[in-house]
Amino acid sequence: MTEKVLLIDDEVDFLENLSERMRVRGMDVSTAQTTDNAIDAVESAEYDAIVLDLQMPGMNGIDMLKVIKERHPEMQVILLTGQATLEAGIEAMKLGAMDFMEKPADINSLTEKIKKAQAKKMLIVEKKAEGKVKDILASKGW
Amino acid sequence: MAMIDRFKPKFWDTDNAVSPGRSLFNYRRIWRLAILLLTVVTLVPLLVLTFIDYNVTRYSLESENLMRTARTTSNTRRTVAYFLNSRDKALEFVANQNGVDSLRNPATLKGILDSMKHSFGGFVDLGLIDSTGRQVAYIGPYQLLGRDYSGQEWLANTLTRGSYTSDVFLGYRDVPHLIIAQRITDARTGKDYVLRATLDTAQFNAILSAIDLPGQGDAFIVNHHGVIQTPSRHRGAIFSHVDLPIPAYSEITSVQQETDRHGMEYTVGYAYIEGTPFILLVLKKTSELMKPWETVRMELLWMLVVSIAVILMVIVGVATYMVDKIYLADQTRARALHQMEHTNRMASIGRLAAGVAHEINNPLAIINEKAGLIKDLFRFKEEYSHDERLLANVDSIIASVERCGRITKRLLGFARHIDVHVEPIRFKHLAEEVISFLHKEAEYRSITILMDIPEDLPDFISDRGKLQQIFLNLVNNAFQAMSDGGHIAITAHQAGGDTLTFEVKDDGCGIPEADRKRIFDPFFSTKKKTGGTGLGLSITYGLVQELGGSMSVESTVGKGTTFTITMPIKATPSEARKNEDTVG
Repeated sequence: MTEKVLLIDDEVDFLENLSERMRVRGMDVSTAQTTDNAIDAVESAEYDAIVLDLQMPGMNGIDMLKVIKERHPEMQVILLTGQATLEAGIEAMKLGAMDFMEKPADINSLTEKIKKAQAKKMLIVEKKAEGKVKDILASKGW
Repeated sequence: MAMIDRFKPKFWDTDNAVSPGRSLFNYRRIWRLAILLLTVVTLVPLLVLTFIDYNVTRYSLESENLMRTARTTSNTRRTVAYFLNSRDKALEFVANQNGVDSLRNPATLKGILDSMKHSFGGFVDLGLIDSTGRQVAYIGPYQLLGRDYSGQEWLANTLTRGSYTSDVFLGYRDVPHLIIAQRITDARTGKDYVLRATLDTAQFNAILSAIDLPGQGDAFIVNHHGVIQTPSRHRGAIFSHVDLPIPAYSEITSVQQETDRHGMEYTVGYAYIEGTPFILLVLKKTSELMKPWETVRMELLWMLVVSIAVILMVIVGVATYMVDKIYLADQTRARALHQMEHTNRMASIGRLAAGVAHEINNPLAIINEKAGLIKDLFRFKEEYSHDERLLANVDSIIASVERCGRITKRLLGFARHIDVHVEPIRFKHLAEEVISFLHKEAEYRSITILMDIPEDLPDFISDRGKLQQIFLNLVNNAFQAMSDGGHIAITAHQAGGDTLTFEVKDDGCGIPEADRKRIFDPFFSTKKKTGGTGLGLSITYGLVQELGGSMSVESTVGKGTTFTITMPIKATPSEARKNEDTVG
C-alpha cells in the first residue's frame, strides 16, 4: 500500500531530492515549500504522514505543527531539523509530533518511520470508524 | 623552615602581582595595618598610664622621704637643744643661788660639781673666773687654778651677753670638750665674775649616735663655719671641715638634696640649734631611701613588659585570624567568579557551535539526499548498476556526510549541555564521547586507553555536560602526567546499592605526598610557569561536589595516579526517562 506523504521544507534542492527518493521507494509524495502552500495542501488532501522542517521562513515549524494538529489531530507529523535542540524536540513531542529526526537523516530510518506513521494513522481511523459504527448502532437502534 | 611554614598564615604567599583582580586586597598590608593600628590604640594609653603612675609613685616616695628626714632632724635638734639648754639653766641656777663668795670656797664648789655630775651628768669641771680672766676657784681633774683666760673670746662674750656656749675645742687639755659659761655679778663688790663649766662631749655624742639611721645614714653637728664638732660616721674626722654646703640661718628645719664630692646623692636635713654655734646635720643616702622605689619600679616594668607581650600576641593572633578569614572569603569569591565566567564562556561557545552546526546541517542534508538519489538511481537503473567504482564513490560521499553529521551532532550536544539539567546517563556512552574528543591526541602519542565498563552498569541521573567536563579534565590531566606510550584505564562499577564508582587511572609521573593535599585547592599548580592555571582539578572537584558525588586521589610517585569518583544513583524521574526514550 502506498503511503501518502507531505514534505514541507524551504530548501528546494532538499525537497526535490528527498521526494524523488521517496517516490522511488514507492511512496506518494507531495511537497510544499512554504507554510501557506503546506496549509493549503493539508486542507485539500488526506496524508498518512507529514515530514516537517522545524525551521522555516514565515511560520516556524512549531507554529506550523500547532496549526496542523489543531485542524487534524489524527495527523502524524515527523519533525526533521538541522537544529536538534532538546527544548524544541521536547516541545514538539508535547504538541503531539510523532517523531523527531536530525538532518542529515538516513533515508531508510525515515522511510521506516513513515511506515509506522501510516500504520498508526490507520489504527486511529479504524478506531474512529468503529466508534462511528457504534454511535450509529447506539442512536439508530432499530 | 617547617616551623615557619606551620605558623605562616595562608594568605602570606598570595602573589598580588601575578593575579590582578583575583584578589581584592593586599592581605599583608591589611594585616600590617591592623596590627599597627591595634598596637597604637592599645599600647599608647598603657604606656601613658604607666608613665603617670611611675611619676606619681616616685614623687610620693620622695616627698615622704623628705618628711621623714625633716622629722628626724627636728627631733634630734630638740634633744640636743634640750641637753645644752638644761645644763645652761643649771649653771645659771647655781650662779644665782650661791653668789660669788660661796663659789670661791672650793668645798662648796666641789659639792655643787658633785651634785651636778650626779643629777645631770656630762659635767667635767667647774671654775670661777674674775673679770680680768684669772681663774679664782676651780674643781676638776686638771690643775687649772690661777690660769689666765684674759683676752679669750668666750670670756668677753660671756661678760657682755651673760651666758655662753662654746664650740667643741681641744683647749689646754688636748681633749675635745665644750664649755658653758655664766656671768655672775658679786652683790658685794659689784664686780663681774664668770662661772664656767666644761662638758665632756661623750654624752653629747651619745645623743647623736643613738639616732637610728638606716643604711649609710649619718648625724653630726657642725659649727657655723662648717667644722665638724661630733664624730661623723662618713663625713670626716672631728674638727675637719665638712664637705657639704652650709645653708643660711633658718629657725626651722630644712631638707635638701646634696651631692658630695664623690658624686653621691644625699638627702640632708639641717637644723640650727638656737643659742649655740651648732648646726645639726642628718644625712641619708638618697639611693638607700629610694630602695622601696626600686622594687616598685621593677614591678611596674615587669607588669608593663608582660602586658605588652600579651597584648601583642593577642593582636597578632586576632589580626592573622581575621585576615585569614578575609582571604578565604575572597578566594571563595574568586572561585565563584571564575566558575561563572567559565559558564558564560561555555554558553557563548555553545551558542556559536549550535549556530554553526545548524547552518552546516542543512547543506549536509542536501548533499546526503543528492548522493542518496544517485545511489538510488544506480540501484534501480540497469545502465549504471554494474559500475562499482561510481557506487563506491557515492558510498564514500554518504559515509563522509554521516561523519560530518556526527561532528555537528556532537557540537549541538555540547551546546545543549551548557544548560544545567539532569538526565539519565549511560556511563559507557559518556566515556566514549569524552574519549572521542581526545583519541586523536592519544593516537598521536600512542597512549592506550582501556575501558572496563560493565554492560549492566545501571544508568544514573546527573548532568551530562558537567560529567563530560569532569572526565575530560581527568583524562586530560592523565595525558599531561604521562609520557608517550602510557596507559589510561577508565573503570566503573556499582559500589553499593546507591552509588557508582568511577576510576581514571594512569601510569604517569604521580603526585608527591606534599602536593597531594593541595591539588584540589584553587590556583595550586606545579605548572604555573608553563601556563597552568591551577584550576582544572579545583573545578573538577567543585563539579563533583555539585553533582552530589565525592572525589579522592591515590598516587605513587613514578608509578601513577588514580582518581576515584563516587556518584549517587538517584531515583529516576519519569519525565527524564521519557525524554531519553523519545529523543535519543
